[in-house]
Amino acid sequence: MPVEPNSVTDVHDGLRATGYLPGESTALVSYLAAKLGKPILVEGPAGVGKTELAKALAKYLGRELVRLQCYEGLDEAKALYEWNYRKQLLRIQAERQGTGWDDVQDDIFGEEFLLSRPLMQAIASEQPVVLLIDEIDKTDQEFEAMLLEVLSDFQISIPELGTVKSKSHPVVLLTSNNTRELTEALKRRCLYLWLDYPELEHELEIVRLHTPDLPEAVGRKLVEVVAMVRDLDLKKPPSIAESIDWARALLLLGAQDIDTKMFNDTISVIVKHRTDLDIVTERVGVKLNAPASS
Amino acid sequence: MPPLPHKNARRAGVHGASKLERPGMAGRLLEFGEELRGEGVAIGTSELLDAFAALQHVPWTEQVDFREALAATLAKSQDDRRVFELVFDRFFFRAVELAAIEEGVREEGGISPDEAGAMDMEELRRQVAAAVRDGNQALMRDLARLAIAAFGRQGEGSGVIGVDVQRIRRSLALRADAQPDLPPEDPRRDGLPREEIRRFEAMLRQELERGQIERTEQLSPARPLNELDRALPSGPLQDLAAVHRVVAQLKRRLKTQGNEQRGQKRHAAVDMRKTMRASLEFGGVPAVIKEKPIRPRRPEIYVLCDVSTSVTSASVFFLSVLHALHDSFRKMRSFVFIERISEVTEIFAKERDFKAVSEAIGRDSGVADISGYTDYGRVWTEFRELVEDDLHPRATVIVLGDARTNGRDPRADIFAKISAKAGRTFWLNPEPRLYWNYGDSVISAYEQYCDAYECWTTQQLEDFVKALTQPIRR
Ligand SMILES: Nc1ncnc2c1ncn2[C@@H]1O[C@H](COP(=O)(O)OP(=O)(O)OP(=O)(O)O)[C@@H](O)[C@H]1O
Ligand SMILES: [Mg+2]
Repeated sequence: MPVEPNSVTDVHDGLRATGYLPGESTALVSYLAAKLGKPILVEGPAGVGKTELAKALAKYLGRELVRLQCYEGLDEAKALYEWNYRKQLLRIQAERQGTGWDDVQDDIFGEEFLLSRPLMQAIASEQPVVLLIDEIDKTDQEFEAMLLEVLSDFQISIPELGTVKSKSHPVVLLTSNNTRELTEALKRRCLYLWLDYPELEHELEIVRLHTPDLPEAVGRKLVEVVAMVRDLDLKKPPSIAESIDWARALLLLGAQDIDTKMFNDTISVIVKHRTDLDIVTERVGVKLNAPASS
Repeated sequence: MPPLPHKNARRAGVHGASKLERPGMAGRLLEFGEELRGEGVAIGTSELLDAFAALQHVPWTEQVDFREALAATLAKSQDDRRVFELVFDRFFFRAVELAAIEEGVREEGGISPDEAGAMDMEELRRQVAAAVRDGNQALMRDLARLAIAAFGRQGEGSGVIGVDVQRIRRSLALRADAQPDLPPEDPRRDGLPREEIRRFEAMLRQELERGQIERTEQLSPARPLNELDRALPSGPLQDLAAVHRVVAQLKRRLKTQGNEQRGQKRHAAVDMRKTMRASLEFGGVPAVIKEKPIRPRRPEIYVLCDVSTSVTSASVFFLSVLHALHDSFRKMRSFVFIERISEVTEIFAKERDFKAVSEAIGRDSGVADISGYTDYGRVWTEFRELVEDDLHPRATVIVLGDARTNGRDPRADIFAKISAKAGRTFWLNPEPRLYWNYGDSVISAYEQYCDAYECWTTQQLEDFVKALTQPIRR
């Protein structure tokens, strides 16, 4: 059932109810996006919940999530629509005798032969959806320009078929990991949301939510250590996802404390690069307690 | 009495906003946009319209929502966001102040400056540190006032708010890094949260600004953000990116310039005598060229870096510069100092990563930071002991520091001796020239023996690099 938020608090509570704990401005910007009908450009380091936010919003708003995962070389055929040539060909062969070309042509360029890709799906959907365009920075500027057009008119024109207008206004999220500067024009069209690593208490809450059985003291130590590790400027600093994984591992092991042994045994859950591991062991490992001898 | 608008910084925007209703929100917002543009944030009409539209949907009484709604529509990158924050505080804070003045509201309550007189500095330091550690905003604000009063008694302010803020912070010894020598119960022992230190600095700034306003009964003229505020941002964490950009440029430049020179020097000198002797075997044809052995050279650059302002932008900036220099010049020894000197060449040799370096320096270098006050006299003496025999006319000595002696003897005589033994001596001062020799700055005493550069912007750094990469003419 589609939900229409009436205040920032609504969105805040709604997101929490889905298991997503929004930061200070996340609920507000999401609410504005719904009210103003503007896309949100979400930027921030990897694993801070950009994708998760879109999922949570969809869940809260009672909408389907349509996701377009971007990659280098993504083109219109994969993002908008494509004709199903194989099916078209079969039809042409089946009708070979007796039918005139005009009839066949009318026939094979019908909706039946159209393969809708995510953007088309989002526009054509009867019900309003949440459209997630993930990692837009991986595409090129041309693609961005096309996207811009779609996002400003919310319609797509197909030469053979006419214009598909959106029946419902999607909530749109674009995420970027900042590997390249996006164009001014695109930014202009969007609301901007920067998601950063959460503050300590916030992260503790997220960890608790995912592993309610983890002892309180362990959870706290965990987020403290993670914060320390993030400060080290590693190749790949641990994200929220890694914190959660680590919490799960510690829970499985029945850890009562993160001492040097526990730390060394499990550190590879949050730090994956060889060189990063060395740095972390040297810098952070030494600050922990030695295991209590039993 | 009406509620005091500045009691709680988080609410500043509320009053700013409700105040704005009268002259028309539209007008105020346009002005705000204008100020942002003045600071280089690209804002078009569409952004302003969005901001309006957004404000229809959030209650202005929620300062955070008010600010975030404007930010989401007006600031579309992290850089823009930083500028936004500064301008927002300035713009809406000023609106609040104006309202207070119009209504003749004067600060009452809180802790009075007289009470401050009764408090000793060490106690104040501890209290501030505890409040900062706990993130207790209300207490921090009261203490900011107290600290300003206490500081006012100790010596005159510089008249420049940014400088005063840093001096007060320094005299309060607020640092983000751990100070393991302090007793276990001291809140500063484990280091204080950066974010809160920054907040406290912002409060100091606001309080100082307010003091100024109250004294003059009028707002100081809108000035473009002090370039210093932007060039040397005060929060190392997120602003490190900005510093890194500057340093990356610097590195590239050093690299190309360094290579040009290395290229010229690479040709080892031909040993004519040996070559001729060898040629005898070939009937006098110099078939084998004998080169003079390249003598191991002594370090050519010595850098001394003041890290007393350890959480401030200036030392982050300087450490980055040091880091960049290390990347580019092999023959280099570096030292950090506060009250005493400590060599960190090894750390740079081991660590390539900036953050690791600064942490290592903060933690392991054993800089004797007893009082947190720089002691230049002692630093010169120790430096001389360490490098006396190594200094030579091809050596370059670079000092990074503000030349603020905290009233101690500058010992320019020793500095003169160092400078005499070295080929060139440079001084990079992170303060604008305007503040030089003001208060406890004694840069003029040293300037006679070195080339002193103002260095707090990229451009200035580049100017210096140009001078540095000039070959020594001797
Ligand atoms: N605010 C939050 N509340 C609850 N869980 C969260 C929150 N933020 C992140 N998570 C958890 O962290 C995980 C990683 O988040 P997500 O995959 O959305 O990150 P991302 O920013 O999209 O990363 P990437 O840039 O790698 O795509 C999610 O699976 C989710 O479980
Ligand atoms: Mg993602």
